[in-house]
Amino acid sequence: MANLVSHPDVVPLLSMRFGKGASALDRYLELEGYQSARKALEMGPEWIISEMKASGLRGRGGAGFPTGMKWSFVPKQSEKPKYVLVNGDESEPGTCKDRLIFEHDPHSVIEGTIIAGLAISAKMGFIYLRGEYRYLLKIIERAIEDAYAKGFLGKNIFGSGRDFDIVSHTGAGAYEVGEESALMESLEGKRGIPRIRPPFPAVVGLYGGPTVINNAETIATVPHVLRIGSAEYAKLGSERNGGTRLFCLSGHVQRPGVYELPMGYNLKKMIYEVAGGIPGGKQLKAVVPGGSSTPVLLPSEIDIGMDFDQVAKAGSMLGSGGVVVLDESVCMVEFALRTIKFYQHESCGWCIPCREGTDWLKKTLTRFHSGGGVNKDIDNIKYLAENMLGKTFCPLGDAAAMPTIAFIKKFRKEFEDHLDGKPCPYAHTAESVLV
Amino acid sequence: MSVQETIFTSELAARFDKLVTIYPLRRSALVPMLLYAQDEKGYLSDEVITEIAQRIGITELDTRNVISYYSLLRTQPAGRYHVQVCTNISCMLRGANEIFDHCKKTLGIGNKQTTPDGMFSLEEVECIGACSWGPAAQVNYDYYENLTPEELDKVLEKCRASVVQEGKGSQA
Repeated sequence: MANLVSHPDVVPLLSMRFGKGASALDRYLELEGYQSARKALEMGPEWIISEMKASGLRGRGGAGFPTGMKWSFVPKQSEKPKYVLVNGDESEPGTCKDRLIFEHDPHSVIEGTIIAGLAISAKMGFIYLRGEYRYLLKIIERAIEDAYAKGFLGKNIFGSGRDFDIVSHTGAGAYEVGEESALMESLEGKRGIPRIRPPFPAVVGLYGGPTVINNAETIATVPHVLRIGSAEYAKLGSERNGGTRLFCLSGHVQRPGVYELPMGYNLKKMIYEVAGGIPGGKQLKAVVPGGSSTPVLLPSEIDIGMDFDQVAKAGSMLGSGGVVVLDESVCMVEFALRTIKFYQHESCGWCIPCREGTDWLKKTLTRFHSGGGVNKDIDNIKYLAENMLGKTFCPLGDAAAMPTIAFIKKFRKEFEDHLDGKPCPYAHTAESVLV
Repeated sequence: MSVQETIFTSELAARFDKLVTIYPLRRSALVPMLLYAQDEKGYLSDEVITEIAQRIGITELDTRNVISYYSLLRTQPAGRYHVQVCTNISCMLRGANEIFDHCKKTLGIGNKQTTPDGMFSLEEVECIGACSWGPAAQVNYDYYENLTPEELDKVLEKCRASVVQEGKGSQA
């Protein structure tokens, strides 16, 4: 079981039921569970959407799109059924937050799905979990069963005369399926190849019907927004970035863990105070602020607030909230290579710039790291990556290119130190063999 | 489409009968069915693929096409205990490569190989969502986190012991 850590600055909103046995329905009800769904039924779709808009809640999957706005794009009238699709395919390296939500508070995901369904007048929702999270699938299946037994799901939910069904679904190992259109393809029983947009899922989505797709953390936050009110929720965060989020601290910190902190919380403080700083008296070298696809930040760039706008202003992205901390012992060429190996492995091959780009980047970086690099390789790596940007159906191409460009730009000297047969100046114990 | 003679246990067959009805499209059940079939049979054999294709109502070629996309699905047997070591960035920073190396030495096999007795197979995998608790590995579906080589040895020992236990159970 993934352990929980705490710090005085933690604001337990989304995590208020963690460690309290709330996967049992009775316990969830004792802890203010399903009150927001009842309220949403009473107040209606327009109220729900206006509350979501006022809350400033932005998508926790990585793009940071305003949730209320997303829901408002779904047409009111539709010939085809509408759907809610919860993205629990958490796979971005550095990210391990949705796991805790499903483990400790599965009913918050169910309740959030019901509310999203009410907001767009859908009658069905899907909760998609990555295949590796099998133990969580059992937890969510049990929670769904319990909610049906209580009349919170199925026909006439909460005695309201309305129907809503939820189906839980497992993937089988694919990073790309975390992208919304590939997620729909996968749920339809196909390879997770992205779809071209427009049309956007809000208009033509799952099974051709209008679909709202939200990250599991976003959906689990929804009942809390309605519970404390949009104004209170917005106040917890920073400007245009309402509320709190689960930040996953990993790598070279004293106390790695998942911490719920206000949006806009200072990154430097997060690393040095919340996570206890760098172990072994070593110096900080770099920070990947929001999962492996976000451009790396230098120690001089981390005195910033962790919200979507401030991190963007610093030249990176808040992404999925996965903060990966690197100390001085890390070889940035090796780190760049491991990052690109991942994207090369996960590229579905549908878009040529991504398929070929990630492959050539991996080949070049592999040769480079083993001492076979020449000076022009450095610019070639950058050139290859730049030519992938914005040229693919889904953002996997960008996700591979953006960090690569930043590694070259910010650590060019380290790349130069590997040139012309010079051995890597950093200590190595074992090589990753993944091909 | 009903299947007259199934190769699966009656529990799994009944589960499949239900699974194809809960989605707006029958085909949505494909990926979960493949994974559950693999859990029971160990891998997706020709017979498994034939029956699942028939249950969904698609061709075997189409089924294989889907299988090849998903990294958890396999068409060859793995070991009884499939050891999957994450070496992605967060785990790598906390010593995952050493853990993977230790596995290779201890088990005497390389990446994507199986021990001769069929007990263990080893695979280097991408992020498994244990970043804050790295280095981490999964043995079948079970998570093992904050690993050290010593901890890993204990995990492997536990696997061996549980097989011995099962063996005793069947004799009794």
